[in-house]
Amino acid sequence: MNRLSISNLRVSIAEQEIIRGLSLAVPKGEVHAIMGPNGSGKSTLAKVLAGHPDYKVTMGEVLMDGEDILGLAPDERARKGLFLAFQYPSEIPGVTIANFLRAAVQARLPEGEELEATDYYARLYEKMDLLEMDRSFTSRSVNEGFSGGEKKRNEILQLAMLEPKYAVLDETDSGLDIDALKVVANGVNSMRGPNRGILVITHYQRLLDYIVPDHVHVMVQGRIVRSGGKELALELEEKGYEGYDEVKDEVSEPAMA
Amino acid sequence: MVKEVSPLEIERNVGNFAYPETHTHDAGIGLTEKTIHYISDIKEDPDWVREFRLNAYKTFLSKPMPTHWASKDLEAIVFDNIRYYLSAGTQPKRNWEDVPDDVKRTFERLGIPEQERKFLAGVEAQFDSEAVYSNIKKAVGEQGVIFVGSAEGLKNHPEIFRKWFGKVIPTGDNKFSALNSAVFSGGSFIYVPPGVKVKHPLQAYFRINAENFGQFERTLIICDEGSELTYMEGCTAPKFNTATLHSAVVELVALKGAKLQYITVQNWSANVFNLVTKRGIAHEDAEVKWIDCNIGSRLTMKYPGVIMKGRRARGEVLSIALAGDGQHQDTGAKMVHAADETTSNIISKSISIGKGRATYRGLVHIPKHLKNCKNNTECDALLINSTSRTDTYPAITVRGTGNSVQHEASVSQVSAEQIFYMQQRGLTEAQAMSLSVNGFVNDLVRQFPMEYSVELKRLIELEMEGSVG
Repeated sequence: MNRLSISNLRVSIAEQEIIRGLSLAVPKGEVHAIMGPNGSGKSTLAKVLAGHPDYKVTMGEVLMDGEDILGLAPDERARKGLFLAFQYPSEIPGVTIANFLRAAVQARLPEGEELEATDYYARLYEKMDLLEMDRSFTSRSVNEGFSGGEKKRNEILQLAMLEPKYAVLDETDSGLDIDALKVVANGVNSMRGPNRGILVITHYQRLLDYIVPDHVHVMVQGRIVRSGGKELALELEEKGYEGYDEVKDEVSEPAMA
Repeated sequence: MVKEVSPLEIERNVGNFAYPETHTHDAGIGLTEKTIHYISDIKEDPDWVREFRLNAYKTFLSKPMPTHWASKDLEAIVFDNIRYYLSAGTQPKRNWEDVPDDVKRTFERLGIPEQERKFLAGVEAQFDSEAVYSNIKKAVGEQGVIFVGSAEGLKNHPEIFRKWFGKVIPTGDNKFSALNSAVFSGGSFIYVPPGVKVKHPLQAYFRINAENFGQFERTLIICDEGSELTYMEGCTAPKFNTATLHSAVVELVALKGAKLQYITVQNWSANVFNLVTKRGIAHEDAEVKWIDCNIGSRLTMKYPGVIMKGRRARGEVLSIALAGDGQHQDTGAKMVHAADETTSNIISKSISIGKGRATYRGLVHIPKHLKNCKNNTECDALLINSTSRTDTYPAITVRGTGNSVQHEASVSQVSAEQIFYMQQRGLTEAQAMSLSVNGFVNDLVRQFPMEYSVELKRLIELEMEGSVG
């Protein structure tokens, strides 16, 4: 029950199958990493979990704490506790981070309940301090004119404010220098805990030096082809994805975590 | 959260109700000279006004419909099917208790008496052709401020009224200004004496209750030297199946050093043709500012203008138009520079939803002999759906060497990725849309009085809820 469980998932876009029978479970309290070469379908998986309308699920199911979420709208999944840190977050001109996050937090309150402004700002500033973000950030429009690093920090700020049950981090390390990477990783690590499952999607092992996963999965051509402990990431770093490219249909039994 | 009571009720459905008609004065259907005599008789017009009306009627007949440059939809107006004057009497009451019950209930449902108590310096409430209520707070009246209906203004203050009436907007300005000049009834007459700064806004509320009806109010505001005034108007009507016509003329005069701000939140129901002429004259060092929000109506054609007649006069138009499915908001601004060192600013933002269409028409005129005049024009359009439409027609004539003009325009679209991103944070599609739209107008709305920005945001949310799903 207490897990984000993906079974035998098949996903297409424009008649082309991208995810081809993928199974994976992320229990609460654990951090899993998916690594894989470009084009393996990692980002597609992230978007499908969040309910992006462009993708068509042709088979399989995704259960969040036992509940099938594939029939739910993206915002319903989000309010039930699924969070996606985007690889390319959208800009929302004219909407400040403070107002945007406030609307997002408000959306999670029961109807008729009004968010207490002072509590909200206290919590927001606390999280911003953790991520070493300047207070002036709150009055900037969401992602507008942000550097790559600022965008990623902003994603983690939202993660910290919304406290989801399950978080999917899509290439959160891309575009970050080493100092920013440490800050972001620190933010993510502070979110680790028995009530949260985290799925980190990354091309490079580098991020996993700072967010140390409990399990690592290798994704190639739309499937998980190998699973292991954190040492698997180091092995991939050393040997690369060569050899995995050859994996074809003989992989019929994807590894379960 | 800010829990401010709205100064104007602009929620669509709140305005969508009607009481049975109880008019005792009805000019009948269609427009002839007889209609005009009927109106003049009831209103006990002086001869010069009757004459003015009859001449205007001739001008109206002689002018073609502006369909050659504007919407063909204007052809749907059948002047012979419209009722031009409806009232239950011509004397506005000074006390809500004296207003007939059904009419009073209408304005109570729209929240007007409550807002008057809370933050307005005076209110005029027009029901079909005539003001039913008109009152100004005692302290404001004691400063010499006059705030009455146009009929009362012309009767009791002819020396001021006649001096300015029809001078800012001549009868023949366009077909609809001529129509208004022929059959005008209702509207406000305001005079602010020299140096008087009216702290709280004066408000007029225009309500159409009757079907097949045309409302033709006429407003004239004069701010004498160094005075200041903010005037707000709101309007609603029930949803009828037949077309309703609203065709007002609003003339503003800001004498030397005066500051006059005119705020409109137009939320007519979707059967109303809203064809309004608005213009102000700014004398030396004076400022005329139009804040114009067009949310409702079937077709709106409105281009508030400022003639900067004196040195260092300033003109400004801040305009927001929301064109929903089936609506056409044809709005803009006119800035006529007629003295040195005059400055004008136009900021227009439009949002088109579904098959809605927003058109911006701007006219900026700076003649050759003037020096150091400046105009800034920004016009931004946001398209929500692929079927939405926007057009921009800027006409800028700047001659001479010492003048500067700046024009920026942009068209943007709410992207599916942006909506998905916001939905992923837990906002519904409608909430995401409305947040995007609010973001788009945000820098402009921030310049509005606070009560307005809160209300406008709420209205945009309502509109967006209806546009998705």
